[in-house]
Amino acid sequence: MTLSNQQKTEDVAAGIRKRVFLHTMRNNGGYLSQACSAAESLAFLYNEALKLGEPTLPKVPLPFSGVPSASNPDAFTGAGYHGPFAPEYDRFIISPAHYALVIYSALIQMGRMDEHALDHFNRDGGSVEMIGAEHSPGMEVTTGSLAQGLSMASGIAWARKRKDEQGLVWVYMSDGEFQEGQTWECLAAMAYHGIDNIRVVVDVNRQQCDGAMSSVLDLGDLPARVSSFGVTCRSIDGHDLDAFRKAADSTEAGKPLIILANTSPYQGMEFLKKRFPRLHYVRFKSAEERQEMQSAIAAELRIDEAEIARI
Amino acid sequence: MVEIVNRPYAKAFETFATARPEVLCLSADLTSSCEIDGFRDRHPDQFLSLGMAEQNMLSFAGGLAMQGFRPFLHTFSVFLYRRPYDQLINSIAYSNRKVRLMGFLPGITTPGGITHQAIEDISVMRAIPNMTILECGDATEVETVLEVADSIDGPVYVRVLRGEVPRLFSTPFEFNKLRTLSEGDDVLVVTSGVCTEEALRAAEPLKNRGIGIHHLHVSTLKPFDRDGLIRVARGKKGVVTLENHTINGGLGSLVAEILAEEGLGVKLRRLGLQDTFAHGASKPYLMKKYGLDASALVAAIGDVLGKTLDIPDAELEAVRLDTVHSAQKAEAL
Repeated sequence: MTLSNQQKTEDVAAGIRKRVFLHTMRNNGGYLSQACSAAESLAFLYNEALKLGEPTLPKVPLPFSGVPSASNPDAFTGAGYHGPFAPEYDRFIISPAHYALVIYSALIQMGRMDEHALDHFNRDGGSVEMIGAEHSPGMEVTTGSLAQGLSMASGIAWARKRKDEQGLVWVYMSDGEFQEGQTWECLAAMAYHGIDNIRVVVDVNRQQCDGAMSSVLDLGDLPARVSSFGVTCRSIDGHDLDAFRKAADSTEAGKPLIILANTSPYQGMEFLKKRFPRLHYVRFKSAEERQEMQSAIAAELRIDEAEIARI
Repeated sequence: MVEIVNRPYAKAFETFATARPEVLCLSADLTSSCEIDGFRDRHPDQFLSLGMAEQNMLSFAGGLAMQGFRPFLHTFSVFLYRRPYDQLINSIAYSNRKVRLMGFLPGITTPGGITHQAIEDISVMRAIPNMTILECGDATEVETVLEVADSIDGPVYVRVLRGEVPRLFSTPFEFNKLRTLSEGDDVLVVTSGVCTEEALRAAEPLKNRGIGIHHLHVSTLKPFDRDGLIRVARGKKGVVTLENHTINGGLGSLVAEILAEEGLGVKLRRLGLQDTFAHGASKPYLMKKYGLDASALVAAIGDVLGKTLDIPDAELEAVRLDTVHSAQKAEAL
């Protein structure tokens, strides 16, 4: 079992990329590019920044237990993989639910989920859904409809501040969510109400479903736009762990902290560059194409191709 | 003569919320319009201003509820579900959060026209799993709905009346219980919200013409007291519903569903907005224009009975309403 700080954060990042790559090859497709951009962010968060207790859910993910309702006492959320709700512990809200495979891989790498938990991925009747649902491991709220996670996290943070809880609220979100008006509504509210116990890491990979954001709806000068709302905004190299450490320590009293992690959608898997800008979900048109990618990326990640066949 | 109560919500909310520190008052720039300006001034610690940003307000409220607070959201009915519908579903309803949506100026009670008139809110809310829907019909219900709403394990949408509100009922809001306002054998009349007052205007003139009306007032729309409706619908010559809402998806629809499922085979007339938007004008003008008033009800009762009821508008307007003391007694007969 691997616990916080028992691994080097670089190794956690490498482990995330490797797990997502293996799963993508074994299942003939996946959210590969998100692993490239998110690996250091999630490795930093899970291995260094987040103060989480021991998981409260079993390492092997439970089956789906029904939707939440007043008459369903069995409903649960994936928050259990982030440990118990307690005043001293942080909460971690993951807004881009389509990063689920990457999150599951990070939880496994951290020893919070079973080594073979991805066997449950996208299985009918399971909780390890393809797009992370509220009951999926690591997911604390319902966020598949983008831009709501930040607002919910702000409500949680306001409430925790009101209750004098020491634990912080961390949010992971994607830059595409800055196309939604709600994100800007929320930034205004966070600044106005001085919600300073929230820390937001944004994966600024400048990618979205249709391709490069510049070809869909460009965000322009995102750091300037975010800063203008009166929040603390740090724009960093999202693959530089020291930059994360410095940014996370640079909070200002009375202000929320927004870290814009500028990332590459093919960091660590340069072969994916060939597919740019169609990176949102990687699938293969032919066996040859699959084999070419497998060999190239396995070489980049220093993975023995024989390991891919091993399930 | 019926008592008119001025701003019953303002006083009721202050009394209710100050006794419950985990209740939070959220507002979206319509603070005085929702009668919570006094509360804001006197209890700023329990008040959160979130501005004209309803999408964020609804998701934010979901987060507050996760932490054990019970947010009461205040704005016009229409702004609680049209723009932030996705937030209502994903940040509140799915997770069954204890968020209370206090909707003011429901239906055509506002002269604000299409942009301000929530005419399909009940229809929309009825379609959402986990949602409870309450509607106030008088000052007493406005004063007593807060505790009822707060007792629900899940999200609640409330149609609230503001300003000068008549006191029709002498007993408090009871969850999922139909109020029996009169008993009679010919026609069942089912009304809700401001339409109940209109229906009461028709009671005496109809009685004088020998027509027996069984009148139910509905203040819990979801869930619904199905058995209470079936019990009195059985054997009637007709059923008429009257609501401050489109006839599609609201009270008229839910009554139709129950009558059909029970196979009662009784004629039904649904009064309300007949699949149309309204426009901006006074409440009395709109109720007359769109057939939500006492004379429209009389015509519909005549229709199901197959007779012309000649009750002039002047007779209906001259009716003096009294507070209904008999609801529970009538039930006990």
